[in-house]
Amino acid sequence: MTLPLIVYRSLRQHALSTLVTAGSIALATGLLMVVWMVKVQSQKAFLETSTGFDAVLGARGSKLQLVLNSIFHLEASAGNLSAADYAQIKRHPAVKSAIPLALGDNYLGYRIVGTVEELFTQVDYSPGRKHAIQPGGRLFAGSAREAVAGSFVAKKLGLKVGDTFRPYHGLVFDPATQHEEVYTITGVLAPTSTPADKVLWIPLAGIQTMQGHDPKAATDVSAVLIQLRAPTAGFMLDLMYNRQGNRLTFAYPVAAIIADLFGKIGWFDRVLALVAYLVALVAAGSVLSSIYASMSARRRDLAILRALGARRRTVFGAVVAEAAVIGLIGAAAGFAVYLGLLAAVAGVIRAQTGVAIDVFAGHAVLWIGPAGMVALCALGGIVPAIKAYRVPVAETLAPTS
Amino acid sequence: MLVITDLLKRFASPEAGGESVEIVRVPAFSLEAGAHAALRGESGSGKTTFLNLIAGILAADEGKIVIDGDDMVALGESARDRIRAARIGYIFQTFNLLQGYTVLENVILGMSFGPGGVDRARARAVLERVGLGHRLDHFPRQLSTGQQQRVAVARALANRPRLVLADEPTGNLDRAHGRDALALIREACREAGAALLLVSHDPEVLKQFDHVRDFADLNRPRVRTEAGTVRS
Repeated sequence: MTLPLIVYRSLRQHALSTLVTAGSIALATGLLMVVWMVKVQSQKAFLETSTGFDAVLGARGSKLQLVLNSIFHLEASAGNLSAADYAQIKRHPAVKSAIPLALGDNYLGYRIVGTVEELFTQVDYSPGRKHAIQPGGRLFAGSAREAVAGSFVAKKLGLKVGDTFRPYHGLVFDPATQHEEVYTITGVLAPTSTPADKVLWIPLAGIQTMQGHDPKAATDVSAVLIQLRAPTAGFMLDLMYNRQGNRLTFAYPVAAIIADLFGKIGWFDRVLALVAYLVALVAAGSVLSSIYASMSARRRDLAILRALGARRRTVFGAVVAEAAVIGLIGAAAGFAVYLGLLAAVAGVIRAQTGVAIDVFAGHAVLWIGPAGMVALCALGGIVPAIKAYRVPVAETLAPTS
Repeated sequence: MLVITDLLKRFASPEAGGESVEIVRVPAFSLEAGAHAALRGESGSGKTTFLNLIAGILAADEGKIVIDGDDMVALGESARDRIRAARIGYIFQTFNLLQGYTVLENVILGMSFGPGGVDRARARAVLERVGLGHRLDHFPRQLSTGQQQRVAVARALANRPRLVLADEPTGNLDRAHGRDALALIREACREAGAALLLVSHDPEVLKQFDHVRDFADLNRPRVRTEAGTVRS
C-alpha cells in the first residue's frame, strides 16, 4: 500500500495543480478521440447513407453535386431533366425502381422535396427497413396539397399532423418569397437517421405546379433515384449517359462518389489529427512541468522517505506513478469531454446533413487514445522522477553538526 | 551489535579549494545489543554525519560499520537502504515528519520499506504507547511540538529496530518536554530491546546516561596545516 499512499498524498498536497493538469489531459484526450471518431463515424455514416439507391440520374454536371443534392439534400440542383428522360430510365430493363425528386422550395430553411409514394412504400432506405409513418398519421395522397414531415424537421419546427404551412420559394429561406399554396401535414416519418429526416415531403406534382414555378417545366424532375437489378447494369448506364450522351449525368456508384469526397478532404482530417497529437504532447508536457515545478517543494518529503528506507527506485517509481495517475484521471475525465464534444458535433452534422453519428459507438481509439495518454504522462513523469532519484538525503534533511 | 573500526568520511570543501577534508575519523566504537549510549558534541563536530554513516544514509570512504554482522561500508546503497529500513530507527532533531500525511500514515511509512511490511495494528499500538492513540488522523501541523516528537519516536520504533539513532532529539523541545521525550525514547527502546545511540550537547540530557563519550575524543579527523603537514 506504500506506493498508492505516497501517490495519493502527493496528489492531495498538490490538488490544484493536479486538477489543472488533469483537466488539460482530459481536454487533450477528449479532443483526440473526438477528432478520430468524427472522422471514422462520419465517413461510415455518409458511406452507408445511400438511402437504398444505387445511382442518381440528373442534369449534366458534377456527380458529387448530384449525389449531395438528391441523397443528402445539400448543395443546389444542377438543373432538371425532362419527363421523357425520367420515363426512359424508368422503363429501362436494368432498372428495378426509379424514384423522381423535384426540388426548389423550402419551409423556414428546411427543404421541401416532391416525390412519389413509392419512395416510402417500396424502397428499403437501409437493408430490410422501409420508411414508416408515426402513429396517427398517413402518407400524403396523390396530388393533394399534403405533406409528410421528416422526424428531425417535425421536431425542430414543432410540426404535427393537421398543421398547415406555406412553402417559400428557393432552397434558401427568404421571407419575401412565400408561396400562396397551403399544405397540410398528414404524417410524420419515423426517425431513420438519414437525410430524409430533415426534409418536408410533398407529392411530386406539388413542386412541379407550385405557383411561380416555370409552367414550361411543369413535368420536369430535378433528379431520379435509381435501384438497379444488378450492379453490372450501373456500368452500362454509366457508359450510356456519361460517355455516349452529353445531356445527363449518371452518378454511380453512390458510395464510391462519397468516398471520393472524403478522399479529397483527407488532408483536413490529417490536419485535425496533427492538431490533436500536438495538444496531447502539450498536455503530457504540462504533466512534466507541473510535477517538475513542485519538486523543490517535495525534496524534503522525498529525503524523509529515503531516510526511512525507501530505495531510490521507489521514489522514482512514485513520481512516475503519480504522473501516470494524473494521466489516468485526465483520460477518464476525457471520456466526459469526448461525449460532450461528440454529441455537439453530431448535433451539428445531424442538423446540416440529417446523417446521425452514433455517439456511443465503440472503436479501438477509445482505449488506445486514453492508454496512450497515460503512457505519455508516465513518460513525462520520468524527468522529474530522475530529479527525485537524485535527491541527496543527508544534505536535504538537516545541517550537519 | 554495532562495531565501528577505522571509519573515515571526507567531503570536498569549498573552503579548501575543493579539496577533500576529513569530517569523520573514528578508529573504534561499539555498542552492545540493547545498550544505551550518548555522545556529547558541539555543533559542527560531525555528530550528525557520524549517525548518517551508521544509518547508511551517507556512504563511508573507508573503514567498517558492522551492524549485526553486515558491514554497511561494504554494501551498496540499495542494500544499506534495506538494512536501515529493517534494523534502524532514526529520530531526527527536527522530527522530519511528513506534513501531508496523518500521524498514523507517518508511522505506517516508517514500516513500509522494511521486510515485515505494513502492520496497521502495530502502528496503532505504538502510537497508543506514546500517548497519541487519539490523534491518529491528525496531521503533524495540528499537533504540539512535544506530540510531533512522540510521533517521530513512534515512527522510529514501529519497525522493531535493533538500533535507534537519536540526533539531538530534545533540541527543539523545552526542558520539561525534553525530559519527557527522553524518558519515552529510553523506555520505548528498553521495551523493544533496541540499542540506543543518542547525540546531544545538552548536559541535562547527557546526565541521564551512564555511558557518555565525548565525540571529540572519538572522532579525530586529520587536518591539513598551512605547512602541508597533517595532524590529528
